[in-house]
Amino acid sequence: MKYDILIAGVGGQGVVLASRLLALAAMKAGFHVSTAETIGMSQREGSVSSHIRIGDEISGSLIPIGQADLLLGLEPAETVRNLPFLKEGGKVLVNTHAIPPASRPPGSPEYDPAALLSFLCAHYPDIFCSDFTELADDVGTYRAANVAMLGAAAGARVLPFKEEILREVLDAEIPEKYRAVNDAAFERARKCIRFISDP
Amino acid sequence: MSLLTDKKLLMGNEAIALGAIEAGVQVVTGYPGTPSTEALETIARYAKRCGIYTEWSSNEKVALETAVGAAYSGAKALVTMKQVGLNVASDPLMSLSYIGVKGALVLLVADDPGPHSSQTEQDTRVFGHFANIPVLDPATPQEAYELTKLAFELSHEFEIPVILRTTTRVSHSCGDVEVKAAEPAPVEAIEEGFVKDRRWTIFPKLTAERHPWLESVQEKLSEHFSELNFNSVLGSGKIGIIASGVSALYVKEAVKTVRDFEELFTLFRVGTVYPFPEKAVLSFLKGIDQLIVAEELDPYLEEQVLQLIGKFHLPVDVYGKKNGFFPVSGEYNVDIVIDSINGVLVTCEESLRLSHASPAVSRKKLPPLPIRAPTLCAGCMHRTVFYAFKQAAKQLKKEAQTDTIFSGDIGCYTLGNAYPLNMVDTCLCMGAGISLAGGLSRTNPKAKHVAFIGDSTFFHSGIPAVINAVYNGANITLAVLDNRTTAMTGHQPHPGVGVTVLGNASKAIEIADVVKSCGVESVRTINTVDPDSLESCVKAAKKAMNFNGPSVLVFKGKCVGIAKPDKYYKIKPETCTGCGFCIKELGCPALNLDGDKPVIQDNCSGCGLCAQICPSEAICIGGVKL
Repeated sequence: MKYDILIAGVGGQGVVLASRLLALAAMKAGFHVSTAETIGMSQREGSVSSHIRIGDEISGSLIPIGQADLLLGLEPAETVRNLPFLKEGGKVLVNTHAIPPASRPPGSPEYDPAALLSFLCAHYPDIFCSDFTELADDVGTYRAANVAMLGAAAGARVLPFKEEILREVLDAEIPEKYRAVNDAAFERARKCIRFISDP
Repeated sequence: MSLLTDKKLLMGNEAIALGAIEAGVQVVTGYPGTPSTEALETIARYAKRCGIYTEWSSNEKVALETAVGAAYSGAKALVTMKQVGLNVASDPLMSLSYIGVKGALVLLVADDPGPHSSQTEQDTRVFGHFANIPVLDPATPQEAYELTKLAFELSHEFEIPVILRTTTRVSHSCGDVEVKAAEPAPVEAIEEGFVKDRRWTIFPKLTAERHPWLESVQEKLSEHFSELNFNSVLGSGKIGIIASGVSALYVKEAVKTVRDFEELFTLFRVGTVYPFPEKAVLSFLKGIDQLIVAEELDPYLEEQVLQLIGKFHLPVDVYGKKNGFFPVSGEYNVDIVIDSINGVLVTCEESLRLSHASPAVSRKKLPPLPIRAPTLCAGCMHRTVFYAFKQAAKQLKKEAQTDTIFSGDIGCYTLGNAYPLNMVDTCLCMGAGISLAGGLSRTNPKAKHVAFIGDSTFFHSGIPAVINAVYNGANITLAVLDNRTTAMTGHQPHPGVGVTVLGNASKAIEIADVVKSCGVESVRTINTVDPDSLESCVKAAKKAMNFNGPSVLVFKGKCVGIAKPDKYYKIKPETCTGCGFCIKELGCPALNLDGDKPVIQDNCSGCGLCAQICPSEAICIGGVKL
């Protein structure tokens, strides 16, 4: 068994936490796990990604090009940026909530989220798109978009372990004062995507 | 998993911390630096329970010397730093190798191929070779845990400091690690064990006596390392591959893409890289005609095997960085290793090729994507200070045709170089900005010279440069960006904060007092927290720049990464003309265009800088942040 997940987003969106939760769940399910995160300078509003490698063998923490089974994109441009990591037939979930870069240095292309989302849909017709930031904001805080996307992945049945395991990890890892809002974000996204994937 | 162990998801740095505690570490010192920081932070969490003295020291040299004192007394000590920190600590380290230690002394030094968060791509394996200090090179968090324990054993047994060298993908990788106990047990209490002896006082005569000992230890260790199973052979094919650290895992994965690895390749993984385990490598090289060397950073293993091949006249062709088969710089990955090995296979006239997985969408087919460079946080006090100096410099240019050169330093505020602020003209290493500005002032006397330095960096290595500026009368302005934390590495305390890593209260050292006592005559402290601080910052900046001689401004504020914002701003759409001045001038991540007018987003932390520069006064407080 080998299952590679890539989470892409912008510094501050909670990519590292999402990656930790998935890694803990994978470990609980009895697999080896290895992750690579962006920590340090790039965290400051820069492009960030986490690689989570799950399987029977221990491997280096970076996913090779074209080998990710699942891409969780917390932001449209960052999802597209990491698309080459996804294998043919891999699954994509994308948060349609765009975060324009803080500044546009001369020569930086114009950011057109709609065009990028169409690009994604054209290449991955079975992609799941939703504004998970808005969904999270509706249940309490936009900051829970990362956990909402984990709920969506559980809803889409694209994780290599039972969703109960992920829930247990969530309960154990998220501090009590944020638990209710994160649970709500997870559950709403899970239901919403489950409904789309098998109505 | 055996019943005697526990399995935990650990970051490499956390695994190192647990390994050190299990090895009985009693004194831990360090200076924060990506990717090494979490090792000391993890130990600090267990420090009280396990009885470990832990400190963030003011810099790496001080950290090492503190640990040396402990190790001279028979204690087990650990020092943590990033690779460039080792440069700062190199003076005591080079001498220490001759003297050796009594208890144990391990240095965690984290290298950063890429680099992701560093100013160099230096290779600590080579540093160990240069300094005659053994180096261990783990590939995974599990190995980091094991090799940490080995490092302490070696250091104690051979009475020599040992370097545990990691890279970003080990230190900042999380993996399942089997540890002896989920919760570490208390370590042995420190005994007052310093025994006076001439061996602790370095002197030319002592060095001359010790040098042969030091060289003999290298030979003994090389022999010892050849017996250890951290150096392992896998496969029995005719093409040899030698690799260390995470590169060895990339090799394993790369060669898996065709057929059973064992058939064509034999991989020698080196875990104890210096002193080179000659005997073990020599026996591996028997029967091998072609040898591939896969390693990030310097061609260290390559030079070692070339030397060995020459020494023993072995008929082996070597393929590595030196003959262009592997990239000489940057971080490796499976794809790079595949391409490099394929290059060797072509040259060796092998028909076999390793293959890449094919992505559905290749990089070439991607649509144009916006550049998203790291930037100062929304509401960061540094933005206000940079902007103020930019305005002051503009005024001086206009009034007196005076140019200003801005020297930066290492920390979050290096991001002041980013568009649209463009406020860093030089940046070299920790603490260099002040002295660099001094040098520039000697050769560009008509220009104004401003050096920016953060609070933690000031204590790290800024003070000698301030003293030099006073002593030699440099005409420079120093702007200290005091946000009360070591922000870039994740908010560690420092000597100006009044708290230690263990959370104990300590004397907070005032930066303004320090520079005054160094003899700086023009010193002012400015509060940047007020939402109308820009004008006073500009005035103070201009005044300091016009002062003849060294002047210092200490800008005090909060780091938005830890201080909870109390308010946010909004743009009045009816007043906003849509000129976009706020966005173009500041590059604040909270400001964005929505259609043709700027809007302020949720991440606003209420610094008020945009409100102060808006030409139409369209920005006002939007409310209180809960």
